[in-house]
Amino acid sequence: MNRYSVFSVARNAMNYNKDWERAWRSPNPKAEYDAVIIGAGGHGLATAYYLAKEHKMTNIAVIEKGWLGGGNTGRNTTIIRSNYLQEPSIAIYELSRSLYEGLSQELNYNMMFSPRGLMMLCQTEHELRALKRTWHANRHAGLDCRMISPKEVKEICPIINDDPNARYPILGAYYQPRGGTGRHDAVAWGYARGADAMGVDIIQNCAVTGIRREGGKVVGVETERGYIKTKRVGVVAAGHTSVVMQMAGVNMPIESVCLQALVSEPIKPVIDCVVMANTVHGYMSQSDKGELVIGGGADSYNNYSQRGSFPALEHTVTALVETFPIISRLRMLRLWGGIVDMTGDRSPILSGTDVEGLYVNCGWGTGGFKAIPGSGFVFADTIANGRPHPIAEPFSLNRFAEGRLIDESVAAAVAH
Amino acid sequence: MSGKPYRLSDAGRLIDRSKRVSFTFDGKTVSGFAGDTVASAVMASGQRVMGRSFKYHRPRGVVGLGSEEMNALIGVGKAERHEPNLLATKVEIFDGLSAVSQNRWPSLNHDIGAINNVLGRFFSAGFYYKTFMWPQAFWKHVYEPFIRQAAGLGKAPTGRDPDVYEQVHVHCDVLIAGAGAAGLAAAEAAAASGLRVIIADENPRLGGLCDIGGGLIDGASPLEWAKTRAAALAAADNVQVLTRTTVAGHFEDNYVLMFERVGDHDPSITAAGTPRHRLWKVRAGQIIIAAGAIERPIAFANNDRPGVMLASAARGLAARYGTAAGVNGVVFTNNDDAYRTALMLKSMGVGVARIIDSRTNPESALIDQAKAAGLDISFGSSIAGVMTSKGGKQIDGIKMSPYNRGRVTNETKVDCDFVAVSGGWNPAVHLWCHNGGKIKFDHELQTYRPDRSPDGLLIAGAANGTFDVPGALAEGYAAGEQAVALLKGKAGKIAKASATQEAQAKLEPIWFAPATGAYNEGDKHFIDQQNDVVASGLELAQREGYESVEHTKRYTTLGMATDQGKTSNILGLGVVAEATGKTIPEIGTTTFRPPYTTVSFGSIAGAHVRDRFLPVRRTAIHDWHVANGADFEPVGQWRRPYCYPKAGEDRHKAVTREILAVRNKVGLLDASTLGKIEIKGPDAGEFLDRMYTNTFSTLKEGRCRYGLMANEMGFLMDDGVTVRVGPEHFIMHTTSGGADRIAGWLEEWLQTEWPDLKVFVTPVTEQWAQFAVAGPNARKVLEKLSGDIDFSAEAFPFMTMKTGTLAGMSVRAYRISFSGELSYEIGVPANQGRALWDAILEAGAAFGIEVYGTEALHVLRAEKGFIIIGDETDNTVTAIDVGLEGLVSKKKRDFIGKRSMEQSFLKMDGRKQLVGLLTEDPNYVLPDGAHALEDATGKPPQKTLGHVTSTYMSPSIGRSIAMALIFNGRARMGETLSFSLDGKVVKAKVVEPVFYDKEGARQNV
Repeated sequence: MNRYSVFSVARNAMNYNKDWERAWRSPNPKAEYDAVIIGAGGHGLATAYYLAKEHKMTNIAVIEKGWLGGGNTGRNTTIIRSNYLQEPSIAIYELSRSLYEGLSQELNYNMMFSPRGLMMLCQTEHELRALKRTWHANRHAGLDCRMISPKEVKEICPIINDDPNARYPILGAYYQPRGGTGRHDAVAWGYARGADAMGVDIIQNCAVTGIRREGGKVVGVETERGYIKTKRVGVVAAGHTSVVMQMAGVNMPIESVCLQALVSEPIKPVIDCVVMANTVHGYMSQSDKGELVIGGGADSYNNYSQRGSFPALEHTVTALVETFPIISRLRMLRLWGGIVDMTGDRSPILSGTDVEGLYVNCGWGTGGFKAIPGSGFVFADTIANGRPHPIAEPFSLNRFAEGRLIDESVAAAVAH
Repeated sequence: MSGKPYRLSDAGRLIDRSKRVSFTFDGKTVSGFAGDTVASAVMASGQRVMGRSFKYHRPRGVVGLGSEEMNALIGVGKAERHEPNLLATKVEIFDGLSAVSQNRWPSLNHDIGAINNVLGRFFSAGFYYKTFMWPQAFWKHVYEPFIRQAAGLGKAPTGRDPDVYEQVHVHCDVLIAGAGAAGLAAAEAAAASGLRVIIADENPRLGGLCDIGGGLIDGASPLEWAKTRAAALAAADNVQVLTRTTVAGHFEDNYVLMFERVGDHDPSITAAGTPRHRLWKVRAGQIIIAAGAIERPIAFANNDRPGVMLASAARGLAARYGTAAGVNGVVFTNNDDAYRTALMLKSMGVGVARIIDSRTNPESALIDQAKAAGLDISFGSSIAGVMTSKGGKQIDGIKMSPYNRGRVTNETKVDCDFVAVSGGWNPAVHLWCHNGGKIKFDHELQTYRPDRSPDGLLIAGAANGTFDVPGALAEGYAAGEQAVALLKGKAGKIAKASATQEAQAKLEPIWFAPATGAYNEGDKHFIDQQNDVVASGLELAQREGYESVEHTKRYTTLGMATDQGKTSNILGLGVVAEATGKTIPEIGTTTFRPPYTTVSFGSIAGAHVRDRFLPVRRTAIHDWHVANGADFEPVGQWRRPYCYPKAGEDRHKAVTREILAVRNKVGLLDASTLGKIEIKGPDAGEFLDRMYTNTFSTLKEGRCRYGLMANEMGFLMDDGVTVRVGPEHFIMHTTSGGADRIAGWLEEWLQTEWPDLKVFVTPVTEQWAQFAVAGPNARKVLEKLSGDIDFSAEAFPFMTMKTGTLAGMSVRAYRISFSGELSYEIGVPANQGRALWDAILEAGAAFGIEVYGTEALHVLRAEKGFIIIGDETDNTVTAIDVGLEGLVSKKKRDFIGKRSMEQSFLKMDGRKQLVGLLTEDPNYVLPDGAHALEDATGKPPQKTLGHVTSTYMSPSIGRSIAMALIFNGRARMGETLSFSLDGKVVKAKVVEPVFYDKEGARQNV
């Protein structure tokens, strides 16, 4: 891997950028790997990266139906935060957020983690009480977070509607100063490049068509490019996890729905933080390119099509026009959808299964981008050691049988 | 040519030379004519540079004729009416219009950011992924702020939008997107059936390219035919013609969004209060896409210089506005259509120095005409470079060379001041693709055209890859007829026009015209001009492995500018294909997503702004609350009085007074927001048994019972009192916030799981006003009112219900209590609510009645240890956790949540359980949501034992109280818990969560 730096940029520029190497290879699949990860999204690539880096498992492959990073990794609103309510959630999201802090340097790929601050507005007394509870939970967990007054909200985000007579006036906000955004594609690309450099084969445009079992064990995967022997399979396929797991005869307790997002045309900077308005169901930030990045609630019906319904989007935009009145004269440039995998408690699944050697990482629902590094880190550890990483343990599949749910809905009533 | 060299004297069919219009561009007054666009008027004034590009800040001029424009982006209007990123080619001028250029500092002519252009080699595609990483903190504090300031295009408005917007919901039989030759023909055929037709076009006038596209209809210019057709459609009763209206998006089930710009072109329209934009939501029986095509450029070195434009734009500007692109131009093409530009410009007196045609010896009528007109043509040639002066703002000429895919040889210089370029046309397949329509590559046209549509969309004319007028007409008529047939309408008779057009020579693909010097060194070939995506960048992406077309797009930002790749997508694919030796279909294409062109957020919000955003629901007593100084809080969609402060009182004092009134005298609460759902039918009892954890089928008529509702996971989701009114009739009360959700929940189960149950569910929350009369004097107040209800303790015991008259009104009276006091709730039809309210207040005056709000209600119930769903519960709490296991039936065969409540974790000892807390300092009120800690003196991370769910100063017992969910709480009675608050350790004792009147004596009188 040739290292990226200001010097390499300058050196290559002198030669009209003709000598840059591939960021990752395009290898043919081998007959056998020590582990196969199904799905080259952020979570799958991060898993492969940490398997190679932390556990020295380099004879592994990531197999992807389409192009790497093309699912929800490249379709989200790039929010990074860890101010969750429940302890298991705080643990994994904060691990993730802290890994994001140094990820550009670690991967030698600028994924532009921008801890510009993230606020969750309190627009009813009830929401204010609920977020205070989250704050207390977070501060005892050691997170850098605080409640801020309406005045501070306005100082941090001058374009917000602070009219005390607004439909849902701002009573305050819960603020995580080291929350923010990142460049989503670059996270996938950076992990892909890093994993590839350690010898991981990333095989794109190669759908998995079957998972072969012998007895209670995984022995290999069937793909469009032939059979691959392996004793360990990690399924990281987001909205299509149910379909892939079916190939191994495992039913998953998830539903797939479409979540949409949209951007405005680029404008000069107007908002230098992430604002989440959960009562009215919308959130907004501004990308480095200048586009306002907008998201809201998921569709209320199951769907695999990556195309959502306009009414859901209209609700979000309406809420944000009221929250940020200056956007009324700005324009929607592009909208898109992603298929999110929702569990019953809206928390992820990071788990082994009843099939020996088969592991699954899914259920990130509407909030998976922020979790990529932490999820990959603990999932790699789980696969490598054949037992759950302590942070992954609460997110086991059998929690649904035990009723040991990790429900965040009280802390954030909206998709994010 | 007239005195003004760029305004032609004999052309410009859309401008009215008798009406001068003056406006400002960057503060400078520009004079144009009615009918001009900002682009046509500014260009006519002699100015070429209209904007600066995104990354390199290169000076840019007009490229297109309409919505394909990517360079001439302007801001229009001032302050809170400023609107950035509009296309100068589409903004119609009016007196007083204020337009500004964007993304430049300090001025359009002198832009500091242009330094990026000099350093362009270092700012290659994706370079920012490779640097700006050291030191770590610099990204947030140094690099990113700088990048953000440099990025973005226009500026946001400064304040709240003063204009109004609206939405229209409409059904039609046939929707036609686009009103060129094909669309007009389709509309005529569809309209003749008498079916309801909508035809919409983004331009101010119908006709598409009928004026400049060539050919003849009925022996005359297609424009004449288009005008006749437009007039006929406008006159037809069953046709709605919409101009300045973009069909922006197509969704599931023929749901279509149309974006109409009602008042942008004339400020008197919005000044009169008419909405500025209108968003049309159409459900169409059949949709005919006649959206035309978009011309594509050819990538040659420095093809972004102001004065290089699409051939159709040069032609259209001259024909429509009399605006000459320059004095002496060069036409560069690989197809016949651009010959029309050369011929038209020459006929209007604009110099055409040369036609440069990359094809070798094509033969056609248009080429013959050009030769006959004396135009110089160089076949087999291409442009190898553009010579400029004034910092790239002025074209002095081009370098022409024989076209081959290798190194440039034999350069010839041709003097010119503009270049009209055409690389062929791309069908506008966007709408076709929005909901999953497939496209296929057409090797003849070298572009994608429609293939299959899952929705059965119809498509005609240039959007279908049929670029000639006779073909477009025929497809239009056929599509219109087919739509009628599919809708089983009656085909009407029309006199179809007949069209002719000269045969054209075949287009030959050319994507990349090599420049002088070594391949791809130095000069930039622009693909996506606004985003400064250059051919070498696309190749770099391939070299680095970003080969998937989606990777290429995201790595280079190709097609992600405000034009969404209208001119750059196919060109980019062509360049990549050529560079990698693949075919375009092998490379694939990105997804077309709505909207086709941008849609204002204002129009998406429509009228739902300010007080119409989630309109406040009001009880029958709302006006009284306002008149009596209520301090409101939002609760669900309602606003409820938090308290009623009197003069000199703050919230706390008011709440304390209200509580003591209830405890010592009597209080009156507007409880109308409480959810009320009528449940009727022979299976009503069985249904309630399944929905609640406790049993209702055994409830006797006239009796009330408090019910708990769990979700499938076994966790509490609602509670409230349900009453049996008759054998098959119950009234369910839900929480205020849960009323709509629970009504939906009941319906979902009835409709999807138990359709066999004979039950009707009718939410009636708004139909009833309901008040709580609570306190020791409650009975006396109600007895003072006339009526036939016996309120005595014997006749009207606790948890019963009676109907009767009170103060002359028919009421439902319930003896229930959420305060622990003697309490009645009286329900009355909402339209009589205010009368009853007034009557109760009048009767209560003698007994010291006071109104109380939600906060007093909350404190009163907390003093009694009653839970509130959402405070004491959070989707993880069971009935057992809050000490209400007695309300979980052990006898019922099943109820929602029963299975889950059998799960090991829900039955486990030591779960978080509801307890009361009394702080050591009786004046200290624990903060909301505070967590008890195992070791409150330690440092984070600290293990928590649970959290405070409700916390108040209790006036009734004169000290602070709190409720909390604490791990193994019931076994900790008497223990002292520690909290770390404001740097201090606060201690509180665990007690039973009932603080006042533990025996319940007060309500039992």
